[in-house]
Amino acid sequence: MTPDVAEAVACTGLAYAFGETNAVDGLDLTVREGEVFGLLGPNGAGKTTAIRCMTTLLPVLAGMVRVFGHDAAGDRMAVRRLLGYVPQQLSADASLTGRENVALFARVFDVPRRERAARVGQALAAVGLTDAADRLAGTYSGGMVRRLELAQALVSAPRLLILDEPTIGLDPIARTGVWEHIGAVRAATGMTVLVTTHYMDEADQYCDRVGLMHRGRIRALGTPTELREGLGARRRAAGTAGTDPLPTLEDVFRDIAGSGLDESSGDFRDVRSTRRTARRVG
Amino acid sequence: MSEAPAAPPAGSADQYRADGIDLLLRPPEPRAGWRLLPARVVAMCAVELQKLRHDSTELYTRAVQPALWLLIFGQTFTRLRAIPTDGVPYIDYLAPGIIAQSAMFIAIFYGIQIIWERDAGILNKLLVTPTPRSALITGKAFAAGVKSLVQAVVVILIAALLGVALTWNPLKLLGVAAIVVLGSVFFSCLSMTIAGIVLNRDRLMGFGQAITMPLFFGSNALYPLSVMPGWLQAVSKANPLSYQVDALRGLLLGTPHHLALDFAVLLVAAALGVAAASSLLGRLAR
Repeated sequence: MTPDVAEAVACTGLAYAFGETNAVDGLDLTVREGEVFGLLGPNGAGKTTAIRCMTTLLPVLAGMVRVFGHDAAGDRMAVRRLLGYVPQQLSADASLTGRENVALFARVFDVPRRERAARVGQALAAVGLTDAADRLAGTYSGGMVRRLELAQALVSAPRLLILDEPTIGLDPIARTGVWEHIGAVRAATGMTVLVTTHYMDEADQYCDRVGLMHRGRIRALGTPTELREGLGARRRAAGTAGTDPLPTLEDVFRDIAGSGLDESSGDFRDVRSTRRTARRVG
Repeated sequence: MSEAPAAPPAGSADQYRADGIDLLLRPPEPRAGWRLLPARVVAMCAVELQKLRHDSTELYTRAVQPALWLLIFGQTFTRLRAIPTDGVPYIDYLAPGIIAQSAMFIAIFYGIQIIWERDAGILNKLLVTPTPRSALITGKAFAAGVKSLVQAVVVILIAALLGVALTWNPLKLLGVAAIVVLGSVFFSCLSMTIAGIVLNRDRLMGFGQAITMPLFFGSNALYPLSVMPGWLQAVSKANPLSYQVDALRGLLLGTPHHLALDFAVLLVAAALGVAAASSLLGRLAR
């Protein structure tokens, strides 16, 4: 099949279960080439499981996932060559310097020795870490570690950058810094960005389109403005708008999830992982 | 929900273009075929050496135990003359066993590192690179081998300081290095295989401690095969550590040995270890 270049990611009927729990339950999703797409939802919505299927970390047992036309089930190496991946945890190796962390990924993506140092230098410069490049990553702040991970992902010139909760646990300044770097790199390289977050305000501000995910499926899809205005229109039609200002994405999400959005979202492992990351970034 | 992000400063696309990102726009040419495996092995070994360069404390603390074995056990049993060693002073006979033991101790706990990397997200990130699982495991196993080799050098120096008559023939020392690395590849793969089964650091620590001493005492590291009861001889013959010690003893001391058999057994054990650990690596990624 000829890869469809307009679609960076295409998921059809993707399903994945952990025992009795359907983490992803018939996910249909298309991410267009060149956009910043936000996959939103609370802990346990299935975002990370969906991402793991797209990145080939989990097998695609039901449904189909294509990344730039390559089947994630059958052509995993081709898919991996197109990806830059930043997981939810702070995954830079604290016992290596920033430069060594990036160089490792240059090596495993087969960057030839003659251009390795220059490419690593450019990746570090792109995220503003040139001055700190030769310090151990263990001495970095949370925001710096996130930027270092971004450099690790960028060094192989990926066509699709996947970030799983990139700003979790960061303070507002560091969050802004991370998003600014993501946006600027995307603008300069034209790469597609797929990001998961449960910070609705960030998605509203930085994503071209968002998919609201709940209980393993996409429940709403569109630009943040479309989704907010759509809810506003529905409320006005139903006569329930009152004096409320324009709804937020969080209102849209509550409207879609209804009574299903409660404190039971996210299992022990999700919450522990989130808290561990938040603790590490301070 | 959280507080909104602060007002934007920072980078623009124009700034990045000005800084130069031309290399970041061009994907590297993929390595294919046989060249991929050695490239991944070199990458993982380089990381291990970089870590040792930044913090070599572990090398020194891990040298204490082998030093004590040689100093106390070795010197005492040399005086006792309780163990038949064909005329070789017992401390000399013991030294290759202790070199193998200290290398094994490093390798056998390597699975803990892979569980730590799983918990930290590092393993997942590596698994999303164009690296087949078998290449990743082989790379990690050789990295454990490099670490063990550095440790073995420290123990050899301690043994030399204690007056053990070791060879300094460079070719034989090269053989020693190959044997230490091969043994460590097997034991680290054993550890990573157990990690893939138990999936948890505490359980792996328990398993590691449970198997380390039986592997050590069930080998020819401390005493020759001839003094063991029949059942222990059978255990020793199935234990790759015995073949590692036999080869090290032959190379370092010039005692009778079965070098070809030792190399063959360690090679096969290492290959089986890589296959087993690779097949279970997916469980750690879930």
